[in-house]
Amino acid sequence: MSFTLNHLKTLESEAIYVIREAAAQFQNPAILFSGGKDSIAVTYLARKAFYPAPIPFPLVHVDTGHNFQETLDYRDRLVAKLGVKLIVASVQDTIDQARVTEEKGYNASRIRLQTTTLLDAIEKYKFDCCLGGARRDEEKARAKERFFSHRDEFGQWDPKNQRPELWNLFNGRKHVGENFRVFPISNWTELDVWQYMGMEKIDLPTLYFSHRREVFDRDGVLLAASPYIPMKPNETATEQTVRFRTIGDITSTGATLSSAATVDEIIQEVASTRITERGGRADDKRSESSMEDRKKEGYF
Amino acid sequence: MTEEVFDSKSYMNMELLRFTTAGSVDDGKSTLIGRLLYDSKSIFEDQYENIRATSERRGENYVNLALLTDGLRAEREQGITIDVAYRYFSTPKRKFIIADTPGHIQYTRNMVTGASTANLAIILIDARNGVVEQTRRHSLIASLLGIKHLAVCINKMDLVDYSKEVYDAIVKDYKEFASRLQVKDIQFIPISALNGDNVVTRSANMPWFEGVTLLYLLETVYIAGDLNHIDARFPVQYVIRPYNDEFHDYRGYAGRLSSGVLRPGDKVSILPSGFTTTIRGIEFNGAQLIEAYAPMSVTILLEDDIDISRGDMIVRENNQPHISQDIELMVCWMGDKPLQLNGKYAIKHTTKDARCVVKEVKYKLDISTLHRITEDPVISMNDIGRITVRTTTPLLYDAYTKNRETGAFIMIDEGTNVTVGACIILD
Repeated sequence: MSFTLNHLKTLESEAIYVIREAAAQFQNPAILFSGGKDSIAVTYLARKAFYPAPIPFPLVHVDTGHNFQETLDYRDRLVAKLGVKLIVASVQDTIDQARVTEEKGYNASRIRLQTTTLLDAIEKYKFDCCLGGARRDEEKARAKERFFSHRDEFGQWDPKNQRPELWNLFNGRKHVGENFRVFPISNWTELDVWQYMGMEKIDLPTLYFSHRREVFDRDGVLLAASPYIPMKPNETATEQTVRFRTIGDITSTGATLSSAATVDEIIQEVASTRITERGGRADDKRSESSMEDRKKEGYF
Repeated sequence: MTEEVFDSKSYMNMELLRFTTAGSVDDGKSTLIGRLLYDSKSIFEDQYENIRATSERRGENYVNLALLTDGLRAEREQGITIDVAYRYFSTPKRKFIIADTPGHIQYTRNMVTGASTANLAIILIDARNGVVEQTRRHSLIASLLGIKHLAVCINKMDLVDYSKEVYDAIVKDYKEFASRLQVKDIQFIPISALNGDNVVTRSANMPWFEGVTLLYLLETVYIAGDLNHIDARFPVQYVIRPYNDEFHDYRGYAGRLSSGVLRPGDKVSILPSGFTTTIRGIEFNGAQLIEAYAPMSVTILLEDDIDISRGDMIVRENNQPHISQDIELMVCWMGDKPLQLNGKYAIKHTTKDARCVVKEVKYKLDISTLHRITEDPVISMNDIGRITVRTTTPLLYDAYTKNRETGAFIMIDEGTNVTVGACIILD
């Protein structure tokens, strides 16, 4: 009698259940793919959920245009390997259409602008469900998310009026024009994701592993020296041994000094680290509730 | 988290314990969770610095650990918890998922939400107030939702001079009430979440207490026996048909076992059609499994070509669930509008969608006394009542006390699409 699953297998089973539920309850789902490890995990879990059939939905990359080249290369390799369809929704196009105005100043970022691009893509392709790799342990507003998160016709999240989510029964019913965000790895922690990557031997973007890179310090966040981020006169870039704990838009993704070059070393580092993963995210530092505000507007 | 080398292998084999916390407003629930996270070293420096700065700005004279769990702006402003927040921490023994649920009466639906998937519930009692209506309500919900273990924490012991008499009186009161609950495993612990007494480390202030600390209880409570491994129930979630040359005739039934064990070669019945066949194989990501048990997500292949779709159930020939359109149940109501007698609602039960009509409202429970109110019972938000429904198609179900998955369903308002009822099927 040893009918027990360890916690990682339990989380995997739960995520696959959620992904299959999304496929069954919605007409036209998509996976929001950022090139980060969480959306990579969701993509691999989707592969498992439907094997030997292909993943029955496309990957959507909301492209700020401010990417690490490694992310794009990785994305294209993965898409080819899994045989999935890729849709790129470009923030630059949204700017060119004058749907949004680019932020100005040293901390200008396209993070908020992504929301409009995403909502436009949802409308254009008629997605009624977007699967994402958000985890509840990442950020305090995300700790309140449901697996099936309802968005009104403006794509907005209403945190005070969420549907109760009981047992494993997910209510994906909606009116025309509304849609859902579905988060299969809600219950995973950063460490769980890394353990899973190690267990499954999943290939990851090289940015996650220790490498030499020109970086500079801004308000305690180490940013990559890049043409997308204008440096202030008093800022100087130096070459350091770093890795990224999260991968997003280049303007808001902070690096950490690290010599962890393998998944096992990263697991060790994550297990002993004293700073949260999003501690290096400039986009969360704007105010105490910047994530909550962005989510209400329709962000991931 | 320590400086020592992290033992990756033992982390891989940890068990997962889900627990929920309940208490009234100001019982110190968020503080307790903050304390568990802080003392188990699961709080990061930047999180701590963040709440330290906020506490200081507000002129609070200690670091307010409750701020760790209050994620939404309105919650921080009002100092209350509005919505279920999920927290994660692990010790070398177990990994924990906390569903931190609000204590306000108007948000009881969130308590039900948190309790529906929990192995254990922490019931918090303010030592100065003793057992109050909220305590009874939360305990009843925990019991009704099939939580097998309760940790009753009598908090704020520092404010009653760590008095054994106060503690004993509250325990006695609670036991009197709890004798009418279905939970068999109830542990009492006197704590101070603010100061950390008996949360992670034993309290020097209460040498008279001979029990274990809360964290020790969470790490050791036996939960492996909580799952039902007897009645095999496999609700079909999705049919996998690759439609390519390599897997031309492949037809896999994807789903997650609600309970029980299935193996290749097992004789099974497909419900509701009643056809019988044999399991040809159980697969996961292309690998063949020798057995699958709850809560594994797998794909089942059958010997015979039978028309099977989402909502059908694969079970053993000699162990079948009930099949009926007339269901007796307890409902926790969550809708703004009261439950309508003769009203029609959409329902979701396992992977099946159906509709139902409310045929009878037998009684409403008086939460404080557990008395049944049978005279014109109106079931409004946060009420719990016993009702009978008739469904459009037969449900394949077990009693909730035997099976938390096949014994539960939700009712949905067909106009607003909002989940309005949590339904617990009776024997």
